[in-house]
Formats: sequence, structure tokens, C-alpha cells
Amino acid sequence: MTILAHVFTLLAVTAGALLFLAGTIGLLRFPDTLSRLHALSKADNLGLALIVLGLLPQAASLTDGLKLILIWLLAQLSAATASQLIAGSLNRRKSGP
Amino acid sequence: MTLLFDLALVAWLIALAGHIAMTREDRNAIVAFIAFGLLLGLAWVRLSALDVALTEVAIGGGVTGVLLLSAEAHLRKPLAQDSAQDRPHDGRRRLGNVGTIAAALASAAVTAGLALAVLALPTPAPTLAPVAAAALDTTGLGNPVTAVLLAYRALDTLLEKVVLLLALVGVWSLAPDRTWGGAPSLAPAVAPEPLVYLARVLPPIGVVIAVYMFWVGADAPGGTFQAGTVLAAMWLIVMLAGLRQPPDTAHRVLRLLLVGGPALFLAVGFLGFFIADGFLSYPEPIAKPLILGIEAALTLSIAATLAMLVAGPAQKAPEP
Repeated sequence: MTILAHVFTLLAVTAGALLFLAGTIGLLRFPDTLSRLHALSKADNLGLALIVLGLLPQAASLTDGLKLILIWLLAQLSAATASQLIAGSLNRRKSGP
Repeated sequence: MTLLFDLALVAWLIALAGHIAMTREDRNAIVAFIAFGLLLGLAWVRLSALDVALTEVAIGGGVTGVLLLSAEAHLRKPLAQDSAQDRPHDGRRRLGNVGTIAAALASAAVTAGLALAVLALPTPAPTLAPVAAAALDTTGLGNPVTAVLLAYRALDTLLEKVVLLLALVGVWSLAPDRTWGGAPSLAPAVAPEPLVYLARVLPPIGVVIAVYMFWVGADAPGGTFQAGTVLAAMWLIVMLAGLRQPPDTAHRVLRLLLVGGPALFLAVGFLGFFIADGFLSYPEPIAKPLILGIEAALTLSIAATLAMLVAGPAQKAPEP
């Protein structure tokens, strides 16, 4: 059972790390701000989610697991807000004076 | 494997520090500096100094970053108005290469001196850690870092808090006479909607986390500074979104909040002459409640001070 948990952790965290890598490449290579934001949000949401999911079986206690999930939720909230703010200021600059 | 990670972390830190020093654009340098604070936090985690890591991320990355960003925005405003002369470049040129080289040499000398000092330490390095751990029971605390901050070296902590207040006095005194005692202004005319949403959702969570950090600080990494920073951030988000206006800097409650922590600390310190061994010493049976009480007041004071530091000098005339 523990081996199964370890394998799950390895797979999920690797997948998460790959998503972060893909997001970073997108951030560096994509041509404009909106698509760069798009690349970043995938890494932030799904990548972090996979890493947290993978680490859950390794958590020492139930509270530790809940803390991990809370971290993911908070990161989601701040990443979503930051993306919206950046996109909004871009929009205003385009249409503004 | 961990060695590889550590080496990568160090290389990253040095590269980022170089970037901050070399980059021409001020705002780029500040954003890189915030990232540097976060990375440095990771480095402290690798050194098993979780308390320092938390403080570094909160203060070095968070508060200092916001302060620098707002300072940069203030500098940009008057410069944009008088566009006839590009002042910062002039200033930089006047300082010239000589200044840059002198600064680089001085920095290199400090780095070399630090490296020499570290290499010259005997092995094992002299440490007070066993003594600190042995005396932990007398404080009733479980976290040796908190014991150092609030019991063994309480004087340092007290002075630190007073320095914070002095910094705030410095910021406030930049206000012109007609707005003296008035409120700073933070929120833009129209706050973006996502920010308003965040300012409604995040503070309840943030306040719980801050209280948790303060409470757990007695026995585990955490404590007043970290908790105060989180509280300050929550208050700042609310003010930035325009949900609440910043208070008048002359407001009685605000002033009490600001001096409350250091004042209580000082009062307990003097009380030590009568009920314990001297200045800033606690009688053993009630050491923990005393420390927790001081910490609670300090947390609120730090939160108010940091938030007001970021809010800046008064910009509106005081309300009668």
C-alpha cells in the first residue's frame, strides 16, 4: 500500500513539475501578454494542484493534508486575481488615452 | 540530490542579485528584489531556520517590495511632469563610473571579509544553542527562537520595535503642514473589481492565519513579526480596494495601537525591577502569560506600523 502511495506521489509530482516547465516555456516564448498569462495560469492552477495531490499521501496527519489543500486554494485565489489585474490594466492601457 | 538543489539555489540567488544590481530599469530591479526575497526564504528553509525564512519572505519579499514599489511610483510622478530634463540619468552620470567602481569594491571587500570570518571559525563553531535550549523550561515556551527574541535578548527586540516607530515618524513627517494629522490616500479613484473581490474574500482567512502564526509562535516557527505582517497585508488590501478608508494619522485609537506594543513591553520591562531580577526579566511562574501578552500587543502594533508605513504620509486635510 505504501509503495502504491509512493508511486502515485512520484507520478503526480512529476506531472505537476512538467506542467510548470511547460508554463515557464510558454511564459518565455509566447508573443503577447494575454497568452503569457494563459501559460502561467495553467502552471499555477493545474501544476500546483498535481503537486499538492501527489504530496497528500505523504502528509503526516490530516491537518497537514488540509494545510496543503488550503495553500493550493490560496495560491489559486491570488493567481486568478493577479492575472485579472494584469489583464485589466493591459485593457485600460489599450483603450485609454 | 539535495546538494544539487542547494547549488542551484545558490547559483540562482547570485544570478538574481547580479541582475538586480545591473538592471537599468528601477521597477525591474524591484520585482527581481521581491523574487530574491522569496528565494532567500527558501535558502533559510534549507538551513533549517524556519523562523528566519518566514520573516524574510514576509518582510524582505513582501513589505519591503511594496514600500520600494510605492517609492518608485512617487519618484516617477514629478519626473514625468518635468520632461525637459532626464534627471535620474543626469544624476547617475554625475556620480559616474568612479562611484560605481568604489561601491563595487566596497561590496566585494565586505563579501570577502564575511567569507574570511566564516572560514576562520573554529569547528565546531562557537554556539549558545545548548544553553538556550537548556533554559527553555524557565520561559514556558517551546520555540527557542521566540525565547531568544522575547526573553534572553528582549532588549534587542524592544529596540527593533522602537526603530519601526521611528521609521513611521520619518514617513509621517514628510506630510505638508496643511495635511498634517490627516489621512493618507491609498485607493485609486476606481478600484479594479478583482481586487475588491479579493479584499472581501481574503481578509477573514488572512486574519485566522495571522492569529494562528502568533499563537503557534510560542512552540513552533512563527511569531509576532510574521503574524503582524500578515495582518498588515490584510488591512492594506482592504484599504487599497477602497472598502475602508485609511484612518487619520492623528486618530487617537491608531496612535494607541501603534505605541501599545512597545509601551507594554517597556512597562513589563520596568516591572521586572520589582517582581523579578531586573529590567526586562520575568518572574518564572508567569513568564509565559507575560510573554504572550507582550507578543499580542506587539503583533497589533507591528501590523498597524507596517500598514501605515506603506500607506505613506498624510495626503488629505484632517477631519475637524
